This record gives sequence, C-alpha cells and structure tokens, in this order.
Amino acid sequence: MIAMLIITLGLAMREIRRHLMRSFLTVLGIIIGVGSVVTMVTLGNGTTAAVQQQISSLGANILQIRPGQGFGRGGGGAQPQPFDADDVAAIRQQVAGVVRVAPQVQSSGLAVRNAANWSTSIYGTTNDYLKAQSWSIDVGRVFTPQEEQAGKTVCLIGSTILRNLFRAESPVGQRIRIRDLSCEVIGTLKSRGSSFGPGDQDDVIIMPVKAVQRRITGNQKVSMILVSVDPAYNSDAVQASIKSLLRERRRLGPGKADDFNIFDTRQISETLQNTTKTLTALLGAVAAVSLLVGGIGIMNIMLVSITERTREIGIRLAIGALGREVLLQFLVEAVVLASLGGVLGLAIALGASALLSPMLQIPFLFNPTINAVAFLFSAGIGILFGYFPARRAARLNPIDALRHE
Amino acid sequence: MTAPLISLQGITKTFGEGLAAFQALRGIDLDIQPGDFVAIMGPSGSGKSTMMNILGCLDVPTSGTYLFKGHHVEQLTRDERALLRRRYLGFVFQGYNLLARTSALENVELPLLYRGEAKKVRQQAALAALRKVGLEDRAHHTPAELSGGQQQRVAIARAIVTEPEVLLADEPTGNLDTERSREIMQLLERFNRDAGITILMVTHEADMAAFARTTVKFRDGMIESMQIHKRLVDA
Ligand SMILES: Nc1ncnc2c1ncn2[C@@H]1O[C@H](COP(=O)(O)OP(=O)(O)O)[C@@H](O)[C@H]1O
Ligand SMILES: [Mg+2]
Repeated sequence: MIAMLIITLGLAMREIRRHLMRSFLTVLGIIIGVGSVVTMVTLGNGTTAAVQQQISSLGANILQIRPGQGFGRGGGGAQPQPFDADDVAAIRQQVAGVVRVAPQVQSSGLAVRNAANWSTSIYGTTNDYLKAQSWSIDVGRVFTPQEEQAGKTVCLIGSTILRNLFRAESPVGQRIRIRDLSCEVIGTLKSRGSSFGPGDQDDVIIMPVKAVQRRITGNQKVSMILVSVDPAYNSDAVQASIKSLLRERRRLGPGKADDFNIFDTRQISETLQNTTKTLTALLGAVAAVSLLVGGIGIMNIMLVSITERTREIGIRLAIGALGREVLLQFLVEAVVLASLGGVLGLAIALGASALLSPMLQIPFLFNPTINAVAFLFSAGIGILFGYFPARRAARLNPIDALRHE
Repeated sequence: MTAPLISLQGITKTFGEGLAAFQALRGIDLDIQPGDFVAIMGPSGSGKSTMMNILGCLDVPTSGTYLFKGHHVEQLTRDERALLRRRYLGFVFQGYNLLARTSALENVELPLLYRGEAKKVRQQAALAALRKVGLEDRAHHTPAELSGGQQQRVAIARAIVTEPEVLLADEPTGNLDTERSREIMQLLERFNRDAGITILMVTHEADMAAFARTTVKFRDGMIESMQIHKRLVDA
C-alpha cells in the first residue's frame, strides 16, 4: 500500500509536469485564495501586534478616573466637583487590589530655553505615575521623596522637548522656563515613538504634582486619578469599590448619578480583540469562497483529464489494476495539484507580507499555524474535489475505455 | 488428456434489453487445454471479440459457466476478476494500446507495478522481456518513436513480462503488413512452444491462423467448426 502510494505520487508528479501550464492555471484559484488570505491574516496579526504594543504603553490594566459623567453624556448642571489629594490618598488606603495610585494635574504652556521655545503639555504627578504608565528614564533620575513632598520645581522632559530645546546638549542640570517659573531638568524620558491616535506622547514635561498646583494651576485640583490594578484582583470589583468610595466622599445620594467616570484601558484591548475576531471571520468567508472556486477548477480539469486519458485507464484496468488503485491515482493527482497550489500560495503570501509589513510600519510575524492550516486546507480541497472525478475513472468499464478514441 | 485450463459451457451474451436486445453469443461450449495455441476466426460481427472479452475476464457472460483454473469466473466480482487478470493473463490488442509519451521500458513495467514489485525487479524483468522481443535497444523510446510492428512487440513484452498462463490477442496483426505480421506470429509461436504460454488469438487471416495448433471458427455467435492442426504432446 505504501509502495503503491509512492509510485502513485511519482505518476502524479509526472502528469503535472507534462501539463505544466494547464496545471498552473488549474490551481490558480487555490494559489490566489491561499495567497491572499494568508497575506491578509499575517498583515492583520502584525497590525494587531503593533496596536497592542501601543496600548500596553498606555499601561496594562490601568483605571483612569476623571470628574464628569464621561463621554457623550455631559451637558447641563453644575460643574462636577474636582478631585484633590485626599481623594487620591483615600483610594490608596481604602481600596483593596490597587497597586499604585497617582494624581495627574494637567496643564500646558510654553517652555523656553535661551532663544528656543516649545509649546507643550505639562503634567504634575508622582513617581508612581511613571511606573504605572511604564515610563522609563533615559538619562538622569526620577523625583526624590523630598522633591515630591515639597513640590520642588524640578522636571523630567520627553524626547520631543529634548530635541527642540537642547539639540545635542546634555539637558540634566540645565534650567528651562515655563510661564514664570524656572525649573531644573533632572532627567529625560525614554522615547515611546509615535503613539496611536494623533498625540505625540514624547511631547511632555513632568513635574511633582505640588509644584504644578502651586506654581502653574494655582489650586489644589487634581484633573485625573490613575490607578493600576493588581492583576490578582478582578478589575470590575476594584472599579466597584472605588466607585462606592468616591460616591460616599462626594455625598451622592442613592438616586443620584455618578459625577465622575472610570475608564479601563483593558476595554481598548477587548474592543480591538473583538474587531480582530470579526475581521478573521470575514477573511474566513473570503477564503472559503476562493477555495471553493479553486476546488471547482480542479474538479473541472480532472474531469477533462480523465476523459483524455480514458484509454490509459482502460489499459490499466485491463492489465489488472483494481478500481481503488485507479481511484487512488487520480485522487493523489488532485491532492498533489492542490497542495502545490497551496505551497505556491504560501510562498506568495510570505513574499507579499515580508514586503508590505515594513511599508505599513508593522512587524512581520510569520504564523506557523495559519500556514499549516492553509496548506492542509488546500490538500483537503484536492481530496474533496478530486474524489468525484477519480471515482468516475475507477468505475469505467475497461472494454469501453479501451475502445475510446 | 490433462484437465482443461478453460472450460466454457452454454455461454451466451446479450447486449441491450427488450426490442433492442442483441445476442452476440448464443451458446458456446469450448474446452481449452493448457499450452494450446488457439486461433479464433470468423466474419466480422460473429462475436469473436465478445468471446475474447469474456475469456479475458474483462466481461461476464449473460448465462452459462466459465471455469478458469477452477474459478467460476461468471460468479466473480469486478475486483476478483481484476486480480485473476493480474495473476494469470496477458493482453495484446489490435491498436497496441501503449501509454503515450511513456517509454517502452515503463510500458512493460506497468503490470509489475500493480503486482507491487520493487523498482529494480521491475526494470530487470522489463528489460528481459524487451530482449525477448528484440527491442532491448529501444527501451527508452516512446511509442511515437516506434514503428507499428515495434509497438506491437512492446505490447507483447508487456503481456509476457508477468509470465502469464494465458495470452489473449485480439487481431494482433490487424494493423500490420504481412512481413511484420509474420514476425509477430513467430514471437507468439515461440512463447507458446518455449514458455508453454497458452495463446488465444483472433485473426482474419488464414496465414496467421496457420501458426496456431487449433482453429475455432465462429459464425453468428456460435462455433461453426473446430480443427486441430498440431496435437499437443502430453507430458
Ligand atoms: N457493447 C456492445 N453493445 C451492443 N452490441 C455489441 C456490443 N459489443 C458487441 N456488440 C455487437 O455484438 C456483435 C459481435 O461483436 P464482436 O464480438 O465485436 O464481433 P467480432 O469481433 O467478431 O467482429 C456485433 O454485432 C456487435 O455490434
Ligand atoms: Mg472484433
């Protein structure tokens, strides 16, 4: 049986080589189907990876708590009460499952150094914020506890600021002026590259929260509280306890709506994953249709080939080939043909995605699973659509087949 | 007399049904001894090919019994008959029926392929068979590169490569001139005499039938006469 299979494989290869052009056209459907689907899936994976990486730079499993009713629901009523340092401390002390809690005071202004100036965002916050957002220091250091306590005017600058105000000079120890305060640069932040969305994450100056409150915004307000959740805890439960704590602190009665909102960065990943699933399903449908077309192409050519080779089939049957041996021969031929189409499709997909990934600025991720599945699928198409013609060949009457012109 | 190799009793063959039914064989009784060389003659349409197809286990009779080496062929399945052909029979056709664009060697190897022989064994046996028909030097030629007579000799090599007990040839010289025909007949005569292969051959020509030991004449689906020219020497 094994020997028979090997011999049959040889026969199939010879038959395919004999009609190279026809064989190629026969499997064109499969080549295009496999090629396009695998290319799209590979590029899709690369895009997902790129986006996922940018999301994780936002910090994984981070809650952002802001005053107000959240997106789209605003309007009317009094200005929501802002948060302050006590809210931050309360969350840190009373909610289980939080790892870091950091205030963020957001402002903006013109940073000036000698003749150079740059308009930028100014964040007042703590070292915890840097950790939660996974910022790392390129040169220099983070804030000391005394600097945080006293609200010293020291600052960390993003790479965009570095580029625009310092060029090639070393910034650490130098001073820049923001509005009417002068602050010492103690370190630079490692670049994050362009973020998703229009924002440039490197265009930022970070100072101790008290310094910004006292010298820039002039009040005790905190515009946002950042909470990183312990992965061992359920994020929804942590959110619920923060919510009830804040409702209590803000004296919201049972009938009253929240006047603050909690945004979970995990939601972005989930949304993205759902989108990816939809996209994958769509690609699957495209694959099914193109492979169906490819399969019908194979069946068509196999039927033509069997008609052409009726006499050969008659000879084989006359000298003692069993029906199933003839069936095997044509089935193997169809499977080899379809698999070769699949391999060609995979090669094209490999070339196309390796070429397109850098152009789309996404990583090129070779996915062995999708390649294996696509290959097996094309072989399966060969079996499915080769079976009917092969069975027809096997059932030929040798006498009639020999008489065939 | 030894037991017959082939024994036919009351064989009929009807093609079609109802009004269109046509009886191509109408009651054939025939015994063939091992080692015989039988020429089947008769006018066109008298049922010779129909008879050969049944003898070659390619077809089954409508009624009657066909005993081949003790097997009731009329009761066998399609696959069982294929296995009988594979083991005991060799075929030579009027139109040669070689695989196109395939070398003489590979054509001759074909029956061994279905016997599951290894490549080496196949090649050696095929070369030996080609040598016996005098075409060793044409082993790598395709049918298109061979003359009619040469193609028929390749076909004979293919038929005898498995050392069959019976060789069936339906008008093997029908497409050849007299000289080529004689060469083919001499080959068949030699395989019959030296290798003891039983030969059943259909022919139109009395010249060719003269090579045989026995002549059976068909007319209208029945045996008209039977003549024995050369007795088989009992062992
Ligand atoms: N498959 C078939 N279907 C119908 N009629 C057939 C078939 N095969 C042979 N015949 C008829 O049977 C008769 C005998 O044919 P055949 O055995 O080929 O004759 P021969 O070989 O002696 O010339 C012919 O009349 C032929 O038309
Ligand atoms: Mg005939």
